[in-house]
Amino acid sequence: MATAWCGDDHAVTEPGAIDEIVRLAQQAGGEVIVAGPAFGSGRYGVACARVAAAAARAGLRAVAAMHPDNPGLEEGAPVVVASGSTARDARSSCERLAAALRKLLAGAALGPDDGLLTRPRRATVRAPAPAAERAVDLLLARLAGDDRATEIPPPAAAAVDAAAPVDPSTAVIALLTEGGLVPAGNPDRLESARASRWLRYRIAGSSALEPGRWECIHGGFSVTWANADPNRIVPLDAAVELAAEGRIGRLHAEYLVTVGNGTSVAAARRFGVEWAAELRKAGVQAAILTAT
Amino acid sequence: MPTALLCNLDPIARRAGVPRIVKTRGIPYPAGDPSLEAGEERMWRRGLCETALRALATAVSGPTVFETTSEAAR
Repeated sequence: MATAWCGDDHAVTEPGAIDEIVRLAQQAGGEVIVAGPAFGSGRYGVACARVAAAAARAGLRAVAAMHPDNPGLEEGAPVVVASGSTARDARSSCERLAAALRKLLAGAALGPDDGLLTRPRRATVRAPAPAAERAVDLLLARLAGDDRATEIPPPAAAAVDAAAPVDPSTAVIALLTEGGLVPAGNPDRLESARASRWLRYRIAGSSALEPGRWECIHGGFSVTWANADPNRIVPLDAAVELAAEGRIGRLHAEYLVTVGNGTSVAAARRFGVEWAAELRKAGVQAAILTAT
Repeated sequence: MPTALLCNLDPIARRAGVPRIVKTRGIPYPAGDPSLEAGEERMWRRGLCETALRALATAVSGPTVFETTSEAAR
Protein backbone atom coordinates (compact mmCIF):
# COMPACT_ATOMS: atom_id res chain seq x y z
CA MET A 1 0.00 0.00 0.00
CA ALA A 2 1.27 3.45 -0.85
CA THR A 3 -0.17 6.73 0.40
CA ALA A 4 -0.26 9.99 -1.49
CA TRP A 5 -1.21 13.09 0.43
CA CYS A 6 -1.77 16.62 -0.60
CA GLY A 7 -3.29 19.82 0.77
CA ASP A 8 -6.88 20.20 -0.33
CA ASP A 9 -6.38 23.74 -1.64
CA HIS A 10 -3.42 22.57 -3.69
CA ALA A 11 -5.32 19.60 -5.10
CA VAL A 12 -8.26 21.74 -6.15
CA THR A 13 -6.44 24.84 -7.48
CA GLU A 14 -3.20 23.46 -8.94
CA PRO A 15 -3.97 22.26 -12.50
CA GLY A 16 -1.50 19.38 -12.56
CA ALA A 17 -2.03 18.09 -9.04
CA ILE A 18 -4.67 15.47 -9.75
CA ASP A 19 -2.76 13.87 -12.61
CA GLU A 20 0.38 13.90 -10.51
CA ILE A 21 -1.35 11.90 -7.76
CA VAL A 22 -2.58 9.36 -10.29
CA ARG A 23 0.91 9.14 -11.78
CA LEU A 24 2.37 8.53 -8.31
CA ALA A 25 -0.10 5.72 -7.84
CA GLN A 26 0.86 4.16 -11.14
CA GLN A 27 4.56 4.45 -10.33
CA ALA A 28 3.93 2.66 -7.02
CA GLY A 29 2.27 -0.17 -8.96
CA GLY A 30 -1.16 0.64 -7.53
CA GLU A 31 -4.04 -1.40 -8.86
CA VAL A 32 -6.78 0.39 -7.01
CA ILE A 33 -7.00 3.93 -5.66
CA VAL A 34 -8.90 4.78 -2.52
CA ALA A 35 -9.60 8.50 -2.14
CA GLY A 36 -10.96 9.69 1.18
CA PRO A 37 -13.11 9.41 3.20
CA ALA A 38 -13.53 13.16 2.79
CA PHE A 39 -16.50 13.30 5.22
CA GLY A 40 -18.34 16.63 4.81
CA SER A 41 -15.25 18.59 3.78
CA GLY A 42 -15.99 20.25 0.44
CA ARG A 43 -12.54 20.84 -1.07
CA TYR A 44 -11.28 17.51 0.20
CA GLY A 45 -14.33 15.83 -1.34
CA VAL A 46 -13.78 17.55 -4.68
CA ALA A 47 -10.11 16.50 -4.63
CA CYS A 48 -10.98 12.87 -3.83
CA ALA A 49 -13.61 12.70 -6.53
CA ARG A 50 -11.29 14.23 -9.14
CA VAL A 51 -8.53 11.77 -8.26
CA ALA A 52 -10.96 8.86 -8.52
CA ALA A 53 -12.30 10.13 -11.85
CA ALA A 54 -8.78 10.65 -13.29
CA ALA A 55 -7.70 7.23 -12.05
CA ALA A 56 -10.68 5.61 -13.74
CA ARG A 57 -9.87 7.42 -16.99
CA ALA A 58 -6.31 6.05 -16.69
CA GLY A 59 -7.69 2.55 -16.40
CA LEU A 60 -7.25 2.12 -12.65
CA ARG A 61 -9.99 1.04 -10.35
CA ALA A 62 -10.85 3.79 -7.90
CA VAL A 63 -13.25 4.44 -5.06
CA ALA A 64 -13.89 7.76 -3.36
CA ALA A 65 -15.74 8.15 -0.07
CA MET A 66 -17.57 11.18 1.29
CA HIS A 67 -20.76 12.36 2.94
CA PRO A 68 -23.85 12.39 0.66
CA ASP A 69 -24.01 16.22 0.94
CA ASN A 70 -20.39 16.70 -0.14
CA PRO A 71 -20.11 18.84 -3.33
CA GLY A 72 -17.45 16.39 -4.53
CA LEU A 73 -20.30 14.12 -5.62
CA GLU A 74 -20.75 16.35 -8.66
CA GLU A 75 -17.18 15.80 -9.86
CA GLY A 76 -17.74 12.73 -11.99
CA ALA A 77 -16.10 9.99 -9.94
CA PRO A 78 -17.56 6.70 -11.13
CA VAL A 79 -17.75 5.07 -7.70
CA VAL A 80 -18.40 7.08 -4.53
CA VAL A 81 -19.28 5.41 -1.26
CA ALA A 82 -21.04 7.24 1.58
CA SER A 83 -19.14 8.24 4.71
CA GLY A 84 -20.17 10.08 7.86
CA SER A 85 -20.13 13.87 7.99
CA THR A 86 -17.10 14.34 10.26
CA ALA A 87 -13.92 12.48 11.20
CA ARG A 88 -15.78 11.38 14.32
CA ASP A 89 -17.39 8.81 11.99
CA ALA A 90 -14.00 7.62 10.72
CA ARG A 91 -14.32 4.12 12.08
CA SER A 92 -17.72 3.25 10.60
CA SER A 93 -16.88 5.11 7.39
CA CYS A 94 -13.65 3.18 6.87
CA GLU A 95 -15.35 -0.13 7.64
CA ARG A 96 -17.99 0.57 5.03
CA LEU A 97 -15.37 1.73 2.53
CA ALA A 98 -13.29 -1.41 3.15
CA ALA A 99 -16.32 -3.65 2.66
CA ALA A 100 -17.20 -1.87 -0.59
CA LEU A 101 -13.63 -2.19 -1.77
CA ARG A 102 -13.50 -5.92 -1.05
CA LYS A 103 -16.73 -6.41 -2.95
CA LEU A 104 -15.53 -4.35 -5.88
CA LEU A 105 -12.22 -6.23 -6.07
CA ALA A 106 -14.13 -9.52 -6.01
CA GLY A 107 -15.76 -8.35 -9.21
CA ALA A 108 -19.21 -7.66 -7.79
CA ALA A 109 -21.25 -4.54 -8.55
CA LEU A 110 -21.94 -2.12 -5.72
CA GLY A 111 -25.45 -0.93 -4.92
CA PRO A 112 -27.19 1.42 -2.50
CA ASP A 113 -26.87 -1.17 0.29
CA ASP A 114 -23.08 -0.81 0.05
CA GLY A 115 -23.41 2.94 0.52
CA LEU A 116 -22.97 3.61 -3.20
CA LEU A 117 -23.87 7.26 -3.90
CA THR A 118 -23.18 7.32 -7.60
CA ARG A 119 -25.56 5.87 -10.10
CA PRO A 120 -24.71 2.24 -10.80
CA ARG A 121 -23.64 1.65 -14.36
CA ARG A 122 -26.25 0.04 -16.52
CA ALA A 123 -25.15 -2.97 -18.49
CA THR A 124 -26.89 -4.20 -21.60
CA VAL A 125 -27.69 -7.88 -21.38
CA ARG A 126 -29.40 -10.16 -23.84
CA ALA A 127 -32.61 -11.68 -22.51
CA PRO A 128 -33.17 -15.38 -23.15
CA ALA A 129 -36.45 -14.68 -24.96
CA PRO A 130 -38.34 -11.69 -26.34
CA ALA A 131 -40.53 -9.67 -23.99
CA ALA A 132 -43.81 -11.05 -25.36
CA GLU A 133 -42.73 -14.62 -24.68
CA ARG A 134 -41.53 -13.79 -21.17
CA ALA A 135 -44.79 -11.97 -20.45
CA VAL A 136 -46.79 -15.03 -21.49
CA ASP A 137 -44.53 -17.24 -19.38
CA LEU A 138 -45.14 -15.01 -16.37
CA LEU A 139 -48.87 -15.07 -17.01
CA LEU A 140 -48.83 -18.88 -17.20
CA ALA A 141 -46.83 -19.01 -13.97
CA ARG A 142 -49.39 -16.73 -12.35
CA LEU A 143 -52.26 -18.90 -13.57
CA ALA A 144 -50.46 -21.93 -12.18
CA GLY A 145 -50.56 -20.33 -8.76
CA ASP A 146 -47.13 -18.70 -8.59
CA ASP A 147 -48.02 -15.17 -7.52
CA ARG A 148 -44.41 -14.14 -6.89
CA ALA A 149 -42.94 -14.66 -10.34
CA THR A 150 -41.74 -11.30 -11.64
CA GLU A 151 -38.89 -9.68 -13.55
CA ILE A 152 -39.16 -6.51 -11.49
CA PRO A 153 -39.22 -7.33 -7.81
CA PRO A 154 -40.92 -4.61 -5.75
CA PRO A 155 -38.70 -2.95 -3.15
CA ALA A 156 -38.54 -5.20 -0.13
CA ALA A 157 -40.32 -3.71 2.83
CA ALA A 158 -38.41 -3.80 6.08
CA ALA A 159 -39.97 -6.38 8.32
CA VAL A 160 -41.93 -4.75 11.11
CA ASP A 161 -42.38 -6.64 14.34
CA ALA A 162 -45.97 -6.37 15.46
CA ALA A 163 -46.26 -4.33 18.64
CA ALA A 164 -47.90 -5.94 21.65
CA PRO A 165 -51.65 -5.29 21.93
CA VAL A 166 -53.10 -2.73 24.34
CA ASP A 167 -56.38 -2.38 26.20
CA PRO A 168 -57.97 0.49 24.24
CA SER A 169 -60.30 1.35 27.12
CA THR A 170 -57.35 2.51 29.22
CA ALA A 171 -55.01 3.68 26.44
CA VAL A 172 -54.29 7.10 24.98
CA ILE A 173 -55.00 6.69 21.26
CA ALA A 174 -53.92 9.01 18.46
CA LEU A 175 -55.60 9.56 15.09
CA LEU A 176 -53.18 9.71 12.16
CA THR A 177 -53.66 10.03 8.42
CA GLU A 178 -51.75 10.22 5.18
CA GLY A 179 -54.93 11.58 3.59
CA GLY A 180 -53.88 15.25 3.45
CA LEU A 181 -56.63 16.69 5.67
CA VAL A 182 -55.65 20.20 6.81
CA PRO A 183 -57.48 23.35 8.01
CA ALA A 184 -59.32 25.11 5.17
CA GLY A 185 -56.90 27.16 3.07
CA ASN A 186 -53.98 24.87 3.91
CA PRO A 187 -52.27 27.54 6.09
CA ASP A 188 -49.05 25.52 6.50
CA ARG A 189 -48.76 24.72 2.78
CA LEU A 190 -48.59 20.95 3.03
CA GLU A 191 -47.61 19.54 -0.38
CA SER A 192 -50.29 17.62 -2.30
CA ALA A 193 -47.70 15.17 -3.68
CA ARG A 194 -44.22 14.01 -2.68
CA ALA A 195 -44.72 15.59 0.73
CA SER A 196 -41.48 16.37 2.51
CA ARG A 197 -43.03 16.83 5.92
CA TRP A 198 -45.95 16.19 8.22
CA LEU A 199 -48.09 18.44 10.39
CA ARG A 200 -50.29 18.21 13.46
CA TYR A 201 -53.60 19.88 14.22
CA ARG A 202 -55.52 20.23 17.43
CA ILE A 203 -58.78 18.31 17.74
CA ALA A 204 -59.24 18.33 21.52
CA GLY A 205 -62.64 19.75 22.45
CA SER A 206 -64.21 19.04 19.05
CA SER A 207 -66.77 16.29 18.67
CA ALA A 208 -66.47 16.10 14.88
CA LEU A 209 -64.62 17.68 11.97
CA GLU A 210 -66.93 20.29 10.48
CA PRO A 211 -67.22 20.52 6.70
CA GLY A 212 -65.89 23.87 5.49
CA ARG A 213 -63.38 24.24 8.31
CA TRP A 214 -61.19 21.44 6.97
CA GLU A 215 -59.93 20.71 3.52
CA CYS A 216 -58.35 17.69 1.85
CA ILE A 217 -55.37 18.71 -0.28
CA HIS A 218 -54.25 15.20 -1.26
CA GLY A 219 -53.31 15.20 -4.94
CA GLY A 220 -53.91 11.52 -5.56
CA PHE A 221 -57.71 11.24 -5.65
CA SER A 222 -60.89 13.30 -5.92
CA VAL A 223 -61.33 15.16 -2.65
CA THR A 224 -65.07 15.80 -3.12
CA TRP A 225 -66.15 13.21 -0.54
CA ALA A 226 -63.49 14.22 1.96
CA ASN A 227 -64.43 17.90 1.80
CA ALA A 228 -68.14 17.09 2.12
CA ASP A 229 -67.39 15.25 5.38
CA PRO A 230 -63.81 15.46 6.70
CA ASN A 231 -64.60 12.69 9.22
CA ARG A 232 -64.30 10.35 6.23
CA ILE A 233 -60.53 10.99 6.38
CA VAL A 234 -60.03 11.42 10.13
CA PRO A 235 -62.86 9.61 11.96
CA LEU A 236 -63.06 12.09 14.82
CA ASP A 237 -66.84 11.91 15.37
CA ALA A 238 -66.84 8.14 15.89
CA ALA A 239 -63.66 8.21 17.98
CA VAL A 240 -65.02 10.92 20.30
CA GLU A 241 -68.20 8.89 20.74
CA LEU A 242 -66.20 5.77 21.63
CA ALA A 243 -64.07 7.77 24.07
CA ALA A 244 -67.20 9.16 25.74
CA GLU A 245 -68.47 5.59 26.19
CA GLY A 246 -65.19 4.53 27.78
CA ARG A 247 -64.20 2.28 24.86
CA ILE A 248 -61.15 4.52 24.30
CA GLY A 249 -59.21 5.64 27.38
CA ARG A 250 -58.45 9.06 25.96
CA LEU A 251 -58.00 10.56 22.51
CA HIS A 252 -54.70 12.33 21.83
CA ALA A 253 -55.29 16.10 21.57
CA GLU A 254 -53.87 16.38 18.03
CA TYR A 255 -54.00 14.39 14.84
CA LEU A 256 -50.88 13.97 12.71
CA VAL A 257 -51.14 14.32 8.96
CA THR A 258 -49.06 14.06 5.82
CA VAL A 259 -49.80 13.30 2.19
CA GLY A 260 -49.02 9.84 0.88
CA ASN A 261 -48.82 10.49 -2.85
CA GLY A 262 -45.73 9.63 -4.85
CA THR A 263 -43.99 9.33 -1.49
CA SER A 264 -40.68 7.50 -1.42
CA VAL A 265 -40.31 4.60 0.98
CA ALA A 266 -37.44 6.49 2.62
CA ALA A 267 -39.62 9.55 3.29
CA ALA A 268 -42.46 7.40 4.59
CA ARG A 269 -40.09 5.58 6.90
CA ARG A 270 -38.77 8.88 8.24
CA PHE A 271 -42.32 10.12 8.92
CA GLY A 272 -43.06 6.86 10.72
CA VAL A 273 -39.99 7.12 12.93
CA GLU A 274 -40.73 10.78 13.71
CA TRP A 275 -44.40 10.06 14.44
CA ALA A 276 -43.52 7.21 16.77
CA ALA A 277 -41.06 9.41 18.68
CA GLU A 278 -43.53 12.29 18.84
CA LEU A 279 -46.39 10.13 20.04
CA ARG A 280 -44.32 8.25 22.58
CA LYS A 281 -43.14 11.54 24.03
CA ALA A 282 -46.76 12.63 24.32
CA GLY A 283 -47.69 9.44 26.20
CA VAL A 284 -49.73 7.92 23.35
CA GLN A 285 -49.99 4.11 23.50
CA ALA A 286 -51.72 3.19 20.25
CA ALA A 287 -52.82 4.73 16.97
CA ILE A 288 -55.48 4.55 14.28
CA LEU A 289 -54.01 5.48 10.90
CA THR A 290 -56.21 6.07 7.87
CA ALA A 291 -54.70 5.47 4.45
CA THR A 292 -56.12 6.54 1.11
CA MET B 1 -46.71 1.20 19.21
CA PRO B 2 -49.68 -0.87 17.98
CA THR B 3 -51.32 0.87 15.03
CA ALA B 4 -54.48 -0.08 13.17
CA LEU B 5 -54.21 0.86 9.50
CA LEU B 6 -57.56 1.65 7.90
CA CYS B 7 -57.11 1.14 4.19
CA ASN B 8 -58.81 -0.09 1.06
CA LEU B 9 -55.78 -1.67 -0.62
CA ASP B 10 -55.15 -4.41 1.90
CA PRO B 11 -52.99 -6.55 -0.49
CA ILE B 12 -50.46 -3.68 -0.61
CA ALA B 13 -50.61 -3.24 3.16
CA ARG B 14 -50.06 -6.98 3.62
CA ARG B 15 -47.13 -6.99 1.22
CA ALA B 16 -45.62 -4.04 3.10
CA GLY B 17 -45.83 -6.07 6.29
CA VAL B 18 -48.42 -3.99 8.16
CA PRO B 19 -49.41 -6.04 11.22
CA ARG B 20 -52.93 -4.69 11.89
CA ILE B 21 -55.04 -3.89 8.82
CA VAL B 22 -58.70 -2.79 8.87
CA LYS B 23 -60.40 -3.16 5.51
CA THR B 24 -62.27 -0.11 4.24
CA ARG B 25 -64.49 0.56 1.22
CA GLY B 26 -62.80 3.15 -0.98
CA ILE B 27 -59.58 5.02 -1.54
CA PRO B 28 -60.93 8.61 -1.20
CA TYR B 29 -62.87 7.90 2.03
CA PRO B 30 -61.02 5.47 4.31
CA ALA B 31 -63.41 6.18 7.19
CA GLY B 32 -66.62 6.55 5.27
CA ASP B 33 -68.87 5.26 2.52
CA PRO B 34 -70.73 8.01 0.61
CA SER B 35 -73.05 5.44 -0.97
CA LEU B 36 -74.78 5.08 2.40
CA GLU B 37 -77.41 7.38 3.88
CA ALA B 38 -75.84 9.76 6.47
CA GLY B 39 -76.92 7.85 9.58
CA GLU B 40 -75.87 4.52 8.12
CA GLU B 41 -72.50 5.94 7.07
CA ARG B 42 -71.94 7.19 10.61
CA MET B 43 -72.66 3.67 11.92
CA TRP B 44 -70.24 2.24 9.36
CA ARG B 45 -67.54 4.65 10.52
CA ARG B 46 -68.19 3.73 14.13
CA GLY B 47 -67.97 0.07 13.14
CA LEU B 48 -64.59 0.69 11.46
CA CYS B 49 -63.28 2.37 14.62
CA GLU B 50 -64.58 -0.53 16.73
CA THR B 51 -62.74 -2.92 14.43
CA ALA B 52 -59.61 -0.78 14.83
CA LEU B 53 -59.92 -1.03 18.62
CA ARG B 54 -60.38 -4.79 18.34
CA ALA B 55 -57.22 -4.94 16.18
CA LEU B 56 -55.27 -2.89 18.72
CA ALA B 57 -56.37 -5.28 21.49
CA THR B 58 -55.42 -8.41 19.52
CA ALA B 59 -51.96 -10.01 19.52
CA VAL B 60 -50.78 -10.65 15.95
CA SER B 61 -47.57 -12.14 14.60
CA GLY B 62 -47.74 -10.92 11.01
CA PRO B 63 -49.97 -9.00 8.59
CA THR B 64 -53.56 -9.60 9.72
CA VAL B 65 -56.70 -8.21 8.10
CA PHE B 66 -59.61 -7.36 10.42
CA GLU B 67 -63.05 -7.17 8.84
CA THR B 68 -65.78 -4.96 10.22
CA THR B 69 -68.48 -7.34 11.39
CA SER B 70 -70.72 -5.21 13.59
CA GLU B 71 -74.32 -4.74 12.50
CA ALA B 72 -73.22 -1.40 11.08
CA ALA B 73 -71.45 -3.29 8.35
CA ARG B 74 -74.69 -4.43 6.78
